Amino acid sequence: MIPDMILFILLAIVAVTSALGMLLSRSAVYSALNLVLNFGTVAVLYLLLGAPFIALAQITVYAGAIMVLFLFVIMLLGVEQLRKGSALPWQQTLAIISGLLLLALTAYVIFIRPMTLPQVSPTQLGFGTPGAIGEILFNKYLLPFEVTSVLLLVAMIGAIVLTGKREPKTKT
Amino acid sequence: MEYGLILEWIIKAVLMLLILLIGFAYTTYLERKVLARMQVRYGPNRAGPKGLLQPVADGVKLIFKEELIPAKADKLLFILAPVITVLPALTILAVVPFGGTVNLFGREITLSIAGDLNVGILYLTAVTSITVYGMVLAGWASNNKYAMMGGIRATAQVISYELALGLAFIGPILLASSMSVNEIVNAQGRMGWFFIYQPIGFIIFLIATLAEINRVPFDMPEAEQELVAGYHTEYSGMKFALFMMTEYIKMIVVAVLAATFFLGGYLGPFVDQVPWLGPVYLFIKVFILVFGIIWVRATWPRFRYDRLMAFGWKIMLPLAVLNVLLTGAFIILFPGVIR
Repeated sequence: MIPDMILFILLAIVAVTSALGMLLSRSAVYSALNLVLNFGTVAVLYLLLGAPFIALAQITVYAGAIMVLFLFVIMLLGVEQLRKGSALPWQQTLAIISGLLLLALTAYVIFIRPMTLPQVSPTQLGFGTPGAIGEILFNKYLLPFEVTSVLLLVAMIGAIVLTGKREPKTKT
Repeated sequence: MEYGLILEWIIKAVLMLLILLIGFAYTTYLERKVLARMQVRYGPNRAGPKGLLQPVADGVKLIFKEELIPAKADKLLFILAPVITVLPALTILAVVPFGGTVNLFGREITLSIAGDLNVGILYLTAVTSITVYGMVLAGWASNNKYAMMGGIRATAQVISYELALGLAFIGPILLASSMSVNEIVNAQGRMGWFFIYQPIGFIIFLIATLAEINRVPFDMPEAEQELVAGYHTEYSGMKFALFMMTEYIKMIVVAVLAATFFLGGYLGPFVDQVPWLGPVYLFIKVFILVFGIIWVRATWPRFRYDRLMAFGWKIMLPLAVLNVLLTGAFIILFPGVIR
């Protein structure tokens, strides 16, 4: 139990620090790298919770594909240095207020109305394996799964239509 | 936790690193010799008999070279980038079995670090997907336009070919009905090597891995006629050596993966009776594949960049999807084949 706790605390420190670094860094590249580190730490947390599939999918999809594309765009557009001050001044106040609200809500739930989570039964321990996830995904949650894939397809077609070359209209 | 087990893991990990490092050194020698033969030259022949000590001489030279850091470079990332590049290449083979179970000093030892991992293939895709960071960061941190172009090209290329590569993995997964690399090798022992069932998948795998490791004819990120040396233009000394090391280790790694998924891994005649033959068979298969990669380099010119992208998205990806479809249909139509 104690080694688990030490590991968890170390991971939590890295996760929170990298999240803060991502928010506070003035360089877009360092922000992106902090986010990659954060994704990696969260993946290890998933592993500790006995969900290897989601952990490795997290690294492949988020750290491996999405963040690489982010870095690609940042470098291609040459927007490594953020300008001083925000473009939307009211955004900062709003963010502080909503952040404080979330903090207050969490504190209320944890300290004033403590809830106990149901204990995980030993038979459920294999829930994170690829086989178990596939079985649930293609039987119980087939419809949501298919709907999500259609949604992604629509987004993809939308991106292609928006960026596609248009024929010049002067030809007629 | 048993201390013997931890010791076993440490010994295996150190052995793996040593094998990859020695493999790196002598793959460079092999490449130079084979290229020289194919171009009617001698190749390295001064250091030691037949030039066999050439890799050692190169290593010593690179250690004593001066290390330059450009004045306007991003120092932290410039130093970190070679390390980020080499780590995935060194860790990726952890899930690949090098042989069956052997009896050593009265202990049953499996010849792999984590071969039975039930998410083995996902581990492989996760590690291959983060290999590109080192190249991109090296290109960006150097603050040099050629290095930057190399980094950007590397990103676009690796992302494009990763899709086809990921889909090529699905064929062996379906046939073995498991994501564990060990299980995939065992299934090939029962039903025959998978390249018989997966000819398209095997070819897609070979092409996509060549593109992933930036070898000729897909070496756009470091095309010397256009980009000096691409993302490692500004690097020298040991940092440069780390990039070279990654390239050659990746060559070995993709050869091991291709052999494991499509050519039966460590399987071969009499491997059941004499388990120590496993690594030998794997070595032979890997040697042939590495020789093939070098042969390709000596033979084919480089792709043009737009053709490379068009080939990846318009030919490789649809073919890989078709291969998955065909494999699925095959398994449903001939359920007796799956054993």
